Amino acid sequence: MSNTTQAPEAHDFHYENFKRRSRYIAVFTAFIVAFFFIIILNVNTGNVNIPVRDILRIIFARKGTEQNIDIIWRIRLPRILMAAMLGGALSVSGFLLQTFFRNPIAGPFVLGISSGAKMVVAITLIIVVSRIGTVTSVILILAAFVGSLISTAFILAVSKRVHQMSSLLVAGIMIGYICSAITDFVITFAEDSEIANLTNWSLGSFSGMNWDNVKTTFVVVGISLVLVFLMSKPIGAFQMGEAYAQSMGVNVKLFRIALITLSSILSATVTAYAGPISFVGIAVPFLVKQALKTSRPLIVLPATFLGGAVFCMACDLIARMALAPMEMNISTVTSIFGAPVVIFMMVSKRGRR
Amino acid sequence: MSDYYFSMQGLTVGYSGKPVIRDINIDINKGDIVTLIGPNGAGKSTILKSITRQLALIEGKVFFDTDDIHKMSYKSLSSKMAVVLTERLHLELMTCHDIVATGRYPYTGRLGILSREDEQKVDDAIHAVHAEEIGGKDFNAISDGQRQRILLARAICQEPDIIILDEPTSFLDVKYKLELLSILRGMAKKNGITVITSLHEIDLAEKFADKVICVKGDHIFRYGRPEDIFKEDLIKELYDIDNGYFDTLFGSIELPKPEGEPHTMVISSGGSGMPVFRKLQRESRPFIAAVLYENDMDYELARLLADHVVTAEPFEEVSEEAYQKALKDMEACDTVIDAGVKIGTMNRRVADLLEAAREAGKLQSLQEFEGDFESRAEALRAETMARAEAKAEAERAAGRGSDDAGSDDGGIFGGGEPGSVAAGE
Repeated sequence: MSNTTQAPEAHDFHYENFKRRSRYIAVFTAFIVAFFFIIILNVNTGNVNIPVRDILRIIFARKGTEQNIDIIWRIRLPRILMAAMLGGALSVSGFLLQTFFRNPIAGPFVLGISSGAKMVVAITLIIVVSRIGTVTSVILILAAFVGSLISTAFILAVSKRVHQMSSLLVAGIMIGYICSAITDFVITFAEDSEIANLTNWSLGSFSGMNWDNVKTTFVVVGISLVLVFLMSKPIGAFQMGEAYAQSMGVNVKLFRIALITLSSILSATVTAYAGPISFVGIAVPFLVKQALKTSRPLIVLPATFLGGAVFCMACDLIARMALAPMEMNISTVTSIFGAPVVIFMMVSKRGRR
Repeated sequence: MSDYYFSMQGLTVGYSGKPVIRDINIDINKGDIVTLIGPNGAGKSTILKSITRQLALIEGKVFFDTDDIHKMSYKSLSSKMAVVLTERLHLELMTCHDIVATGRYPYTGRLGILSREDEQKVDDAIHAVHAEEIGGKDFNAISDGQRQRILLARAICQEPDIIILDEPTSFLDVKYKLELLSILRGMAKKNGITVITSLHEIDLAEKFADKVICVKGDHIFRYGRPEDIFKEDLIKELYDIDNGYFDTLFGSIELPKPEGEPHTMVISSGGSGMPVFRKLQRESRPFIAAVLYENDMDYELARLLADHVVTAEPFEEVSEEAYQKALKDMEACDTVIDAGVKIGTMNRRVADLLEAAREAGKLQSLQEFEGDFESRAEALRAETMARAEAKAEAERAAGRGSDDAGSDDGGIFGGGEPGSVAAGE
C-alpha cells in the first residue's frame, strides 16, 4: 500500500469522528430545546391555561394572580421537575442494566425490579402508616431500594443458571408478576383510607408531588448521576465484555456491584415517588443511542438523562390532558409510546443478524 | 528463575476449584513467541484464562518479571498485558476506530478522553494491521477476519509487554492468517513483545513459534522448541492420531492411506509422483510406489500414502534386489503409472522396469492417467447428479401424494392421509 492511498483513508475516520461530534452537538441542542419547550408547555397547559408571558413572570419574578402563582409553584412546577428528574433517572437506570446484562431489552420494569420495589414500598407503607401515621420519603426510597435489590438478587441468581437472554427476561417478567400479586394482596388487606392512595401510586403517576420530594430526589438522583457519570470510562470498557474490561484494568467484581447498586438506587427513587413506570428504561436509551449513533457512555449517559426527562414530561402532559379532567396512569402513556419502540428494536435486531 | 520474563510455577488451573491441568512449570523468555497446541478441550483456553487472571488459580504462581500477577493491581497489569479473546463481542454502534481506541484505556484520564498522542497511537496501531480502510466502519459490519485484525490493533494500542491470544486464527482465511502471524512475529522480534497464543493449526505453530507447549490430558505433555516437538510420533501421540499422518518435514497433515490390495504402481522421482499420489488417495486407490531413493521428496509423501514403497539407497545404483522386488509387485498390478522419471546412470534399472510394464501392456503415461482420472470423476459426478435427481423426483412424487390426499396415486401416503386429516379436524 502506498502512502498516497493511506493519507485520505487515515483521514477518513477522522472525518467520520468530526461528523459524529457535530451530530452529538446537534442532538444535545435538540434535547435541550425540547426540554425547555416541554417545561413551558407543561406549565402552561392544564385545567387553567396560563399564558407563557405570565409563566415567565411568575417563575422569575413571582408576580401574577394569587391563583396562578399557586398553581405553578405548588402544583405544576414540582410535578414537572419530578417528571424530569425521575424520567431521566429511570432511563439512566435502564441503560446501566442493559450494560450490565449486555442486553438492550433489559430494564428495571421488565426485569421485575420496579415491581420488587413497589412490593416492599406497599408493605412498608401499610405497616408504618398503621403504626406511626406518616412516612418520610427517605424511608420510602430505602424501602424501594431494598425491594429493587431483592428482585435484582433473584435475577442475578437466575442469570447464573440460564445464559439465554430471553429466558432471563421471562424470569424477570415472572418476578414482576409475583411481586405485583403480593402487592395486590397486601393492598386488599389495607385500611380503606389508604387504598385509594396506594392503588393510584401502584399504577404509576407523577401527581401530588411537592417541593420536599423535589429536594430529596434532587439530592439522591443528583449524587447517583454524578457517580454514574464518573464511571462512564469503566462502563465503556465493560461494554467490550468482562474479560476485556478486566484486561483494561477494571476491577470487574467491584464494578458490577457499583453498577447494580447505582442502577437500583435510581430506579428505587422513581418507584418510591411515582410507582412503576414501564418501558421508559428500554425505549429511551435505545432511541438516544440511535440518534447519537454511538454507545459511548460519556456521551450517551447525559443524553439519556435528558431524553428520559423530555420523554416523561411529554408523557405526563399527555396523561394529564388526554382525558382531562380525568388523569391517566403514567404507565399507560409510556407503554403506548415505549412498547412499540421495544418491538421495533427486536424486529430490527433480528433483521440485521 | 528470575532470568525468565514470564513464568508459571507449579500451576494448577481449572474451573471453580476443579483442576483441569496440574503442575504447569513453564518459563518464557522476553520476546519469545510461545504457542499452545493440543487436542480440542485439552485446556489451552483454561491456561490462557488463568494467566490473564480471568480464572482464579487453584495452585501455584504466575510471575511476570518479578511480580506475582495475581497480586498486581488490575490497573498496573493492564499496561503490561493485552489480550485478544475468542468470545464474540456484542457491541452496538461502535466503529473499528472506537474499538482500537479502547486499548488506550490504561493511559487515559478519569473520563477516558483520548489525547492527541493517544489518537496518534490509535492511528499507528490501525496502520500496523493494515486496517485503514475499515477504521471508520461499524464493528458489526465487517468480516470476522477484519474483526480479528481490529482486535489485534486494539491490543497493540495498549502498548503491552506481553500479548496473550486465544485462537487468533480461527476465523481467518489463509491470507489473513499469514498476515496476522507475521505482524505478531514482527512485534515479538522488533519490539521485544512476548507473545503467548493458542493455535489450532499445528503446521502454522511449527513455523511460527519459538517455543511450543503441548497440552494433553491433565498435564503439560511437552514444552520445547518446535524442532523437538514436531516429530511424527510425538504429534500422533499428542492428538491420538490413528487415521492420518502429520508430515514433520513439510509440516502438513495427510489423510490416512487408502486400504486394500494395491493394483496400481506409480513410478516417479523428484516430486513428479506427489500429485499422482494425492489423486490416487482421493480416489481411495491403494498403490505401490517404486523405485524411490530414500532422499527423494516423493519418498516423504509415498511413505505416508502408499501401501508400500520400493526403495533404493541414495546415491547408489538401483540394486538388482530392488528391481526384482518392484518387478514382483508389478505382477499383482493392473496399471503402472509413469509419473515422469529422470533416468540417469544410477537408476538405469528403472528404465528396464518401465519397459517391462510397457511389454505387459500395463503402462499408463501421466496424460493417460489424468485423462482417466478426469473421466472417472466426470462419471462419478454424473452418477451423483442422476441419483440426486432421482431422489428429488421421488420426493416430488411423495409430496404430490400427500398434497391431494384423497387421490389414489398417493400410495401409502394417500391411504394414511385422509384419516389423519379427519383426526386433525
